[in-house]
Amino acid sequence: MTHAYTPGLRLAEKLQIRKSRNLPLPGDVIVKKGDTVKSGDIVAMTKLPGKVHAVNVINRLAILPSDLRKYMLKKEGDSVVKDEPIAETRPFIKMFKSICLSPISGNIESISDITGQVLLREPPKPVQINAYVDGKVVETMENEGVVIETTATFIQGIFGIGGETTGELQVVVNSPDDVLKPEDINEAHRGKIIAGGSIIYSDAIRKALDTGVKGIVVGGIRDKEINELLGYDLGVAITGSEDINITIIITEGFGQIGMAQKTFDLLKQREGSVTSINGATQIRAGVVRPEIIIPYNEEDTSEMSSESGSSTGEQSAGLSIGDQIRIIRNPNFGMLGKVKALPSELQTIETEAMARVLEVEFPDGQTAIVPRANIEAIEG
Amino acid sequence: MTENLNVIIATDCGSTTTKAILIEKKGDEYRQTFRGEAPTTVETPFEDVTKGVLNAFAELEELSGRKILDGEKIITPAQGNTGVDIYISTSSAGGGLQMMVAGVVKTMSAQSAQKAALGAGAIVMDVIASNDKRLPHEKIERIRDLRPDMILLSGGTDGGTVSHVVELAEFIGAANPRPRLGMTFQLPVIYAGNKDARDRVNDVLKDKTALRITDNLRPTLERENLGPARQEIQNLFLEHVMAHAPGYKKLISWTEVPIMPTPSAVGEMMQAIARKANINVVGVDIGGATTDVFSVFDGVFSRTVSANFGMSYSVSNVIAETGIENIMKWLPFEIEESDIRNRIKNKMIRPTTIPQLLEDLILEHAIAREALRLSFMQHKALAVGLKGVQKLKDMSESFDRVAEDETLIKMNRLDLIVGSGGVLSHAPRRSQAMMMMIDSFQPQGVTMIAVDSIFMMPHLGVLSTINEKAATEVFEKDCLIYLGPCISVANSGKYGSHCLDCIITYSDGKIREESLLFGELKVFELGEGEKAEVEITPAKQFDLGEGKGQKITKKVTGGVVGLVIDARGRPLDLNSSKGKEPIEDVLSKWNTAFDAYPE
Repeated sequence: MTHAYTPGLRLAEKLQIRKSRNLPLPGDVIVKKGDTVKSGDIVAMTKLPGKVHAVNVINRLAILPSDLRKYMLKKEGDSVVKDEPIAETRPFIKMFKSICLSPISGNIESISDITGQVLLREPPKPVQINAYVDGKVVETMENEGVVIETTATFIQGIFGIGGETTGELQVVVNSPDDVLKPEDINEAHRGKIIAGGSIIYSDAIRKALDTGVKGIVVGGIRDKEINELLGYDLGVAITGSEDINITIIITEGFGQIGMAQKTFDLLKQREGSVTSINGATQIRAGVVRPEIIIPYNEEDTSEMSSESGSSTGEQSAGLSIGDQIRIIRNPNFGMLGKVKALPSELQTIETEAMARVLEVEFPDGQTAIVPRANIEAIEG
Repeated sequence: MTENLNVIIATDCGSTTTKAILIEKKGDEYRQTFRGEAPTTVETPFEDVTKGVLNAFAELEELSGRKILDGEKIITPAQGNTGVDIYISTSSAGGGLQMMVAGVVKTMSAQSAQKAALGAGAIVMDVIASNDKRLPHEKIERIRDLRPDMILLSGGTDGGTVSHVVELAEFIGAANPRPRLGMTFQLPVIYAGNKDARDRVNDVLKDKTALRITDNLRPTLERENLGPARQEIQNLFLEHVMAHAPGYKKLISWTEVPIMPTPSAVGEMMQAIARKANINVVGVDIGGATTDVFSVFDGVFSRTVSANFGMSYSVSNVIAETGIENIMKWLPFEIEESDIRNRIKNKMIRPTTIPQLLEDLILEHAIAREALRLSFMQHKALAVGLKGVQKLKDMSESFDRVAEDETLIKMNRLDLIVGSGGVLSHAPRRSQAMMMMIDSFQPQGVTMIAVDSIFMMPHLGVLSTINEKAATEVFEKDCLIYLGPCISVANSGKYGSHCLDCIITYSDGKIREESLLFGELKVFELGEGEKAEVEITPAKQFDLGEGKGQKITKKVTGGVVGLVIDARGRPLDLNSSKGKEPIEDVLSKWNTAFDAYPE
């Protein structure tokens, strides 16, 4: 039988997760192997090189490139402060003297006697990397970063905006099909990550922002709300660096779509736990999906096996009759069902296209033919 | 060994789908026999392109009954119904080849560098030029932030400026960019500028990058020499970029000839078509992430890539660029804007889904029209003659105000448009593909429209490099499908007024006479290979390529859709019926003329 590819998002009640926390450039790792860390703890730090400024010294001094070094007051590597002379001419008559001042405080990066340019670099900017998840340092890479291991509930979203954040998880609706409304959010949710429901509209997002909610996990959202929040129409799905004071993760898709029961139940079950989320999404060239990580504290993990997670995303071997699936495109978008038949021959669908299909049976006993490309497998 | 091939298997690893085709020698000729496809698997959780290739092979095995794989090993050579003689592949997965180019003058060496990179199959992320008005630190930050797969540095004619080129090299050095894939290796930089600056550039960049030096791509203002730089790009693509993409090391070991970037392979085929028939061709390959446009005009090959116009990953960007109203104007039914927006975003986040509802299909076709239109506009802007060249002009030229940078693409001299890519090749009815191409390219005069039957031009492009006979035979018999000629009038008029009279004389002597009103479009029967003579007399303000009001008489050959006479004017204006007939009705009439969609 042919391999039926079943894309799906990972969803695991308990999974051993390793998160690499890497510096953008070599620096210092300040924790050691075996340390227990909290999500906000700094694990590594470095300094990012400052901005480079180019000064065309030969033009300023009206000299030849080959004479540049003769007139430089500073050499490569020297530090300078803003408005400090870096080069000057030495004419017989002092009033004809030309001086070139440094436009910034920093260092001399390079002096080119070909182009006559002097490159200056601003002082480095410190960058700190935190642990992001509660866990244990299991590996340190000298000057590069660390690997934190944690046993956690792990849920992948389909799309998100906003970067890493951590807070206590609170499910604020009663059912996965509810709308997450402004009245569901109150002062008690400040600094927390709220979850649940099939959709959230602008009014509730505003309320969450005003209240100081750190993150929202919800089934669906309209494109309109994302546009309003970002202030522009999102063209290419590369997100995670938006400066919007909140992280939003949708688990199902755009529009109103009930959160998958399993996802909702897991979130409900882990309510009250410290949760780390990241909305970063990249749907191209190395897909990155948003993630929800809810670590267990140590007492919990000691009782259970370290790896009990089952993940839907890795089931590439194929679909079988009886497998649970979800439809991910119109019609019946978001509906769950069971695979009833897997005909191998191509079939004509409404558009008249010939497609590889499957027959799905919904919980009410109704059936439908769906292109295999339009379903994802979910955990049974 | 590449001569004596009986069974060839070829894949194209696209950003969304991996397409495999089987080519077999039947008697004396090569034919494409089976096709299989599977989602591309360069991404998590698989992160191994070969998984998708194996899945596509498995589908081929199932359909063809030929045993191709022994576990995960390709069986070679072919014996009876087992194995294949050779495996070849193209790839654009993982975002394709993403490059940055740099040159001294934006419209001269930098533009030549851009053409070289595009011609080699790259996506050009940015063009840095000494005169691009960005401050040095902005340039440096841009180089660092974009993290290209490769940088092409040019600038200075041989014997020309050294300092500007070295300055650009200094910026690249200061940025110390890290490649997108493979953290451990140095970023490949190709220097193809003034030969006098080679040593200096080498001093600046040799320790910080994997520097390669090749011939100047603009040795004089009057001459471009893009070949060596293109070749070097393709070499580095394989050695550096591909080798670091997930699973490609394995894939490279499977293929017997180097993996080609998909656009480069398609470009090979487009040039072959133009060369063979001595015609002007525009080709398009609309994919999930990018849209490539190719043209060969008077023998000059140009290629552009619109990196963020596509039908899945980039679908949302088409809307962001063109505006939702430009999508909605193509829909012959009422639908809420928010509903469309959500549908489009859902396609973006689940790019491998396919339209199941007719409404969704029509929406995708609307988006495709805009993606094609925008990509073609970008192509026309870049497919220009060399700038900076002193040209002798006579008085008449001065009066004609012939701009040096005029596009090479002349719509009324265009003979053939070839469409490729999922939305065109897999449109359930061929007439849909023809409509999309006419609406977006808006040909003028007489233009043949064709489509790549099942999207196999990349495969044939790479095959042509090892066995031209096989590639040509399959191309002619199985790949290219002529949809039919399109005869279109230029200029505009009053909606519903008389536009043209035509007389079609079929080869069997049958004559058909028709009149078309402005805003109308008709499709006449003219089957594949069938010939006819068409005489058209336009009303005085309309032009069929011979001047306003001038009658034309042309011999045309039919296609699977028929002969299209398009009296909607150029540029095509969907508002011309405003106040006279609702646009939904007009669109429905056009669709009906083409019998484009089921009732």
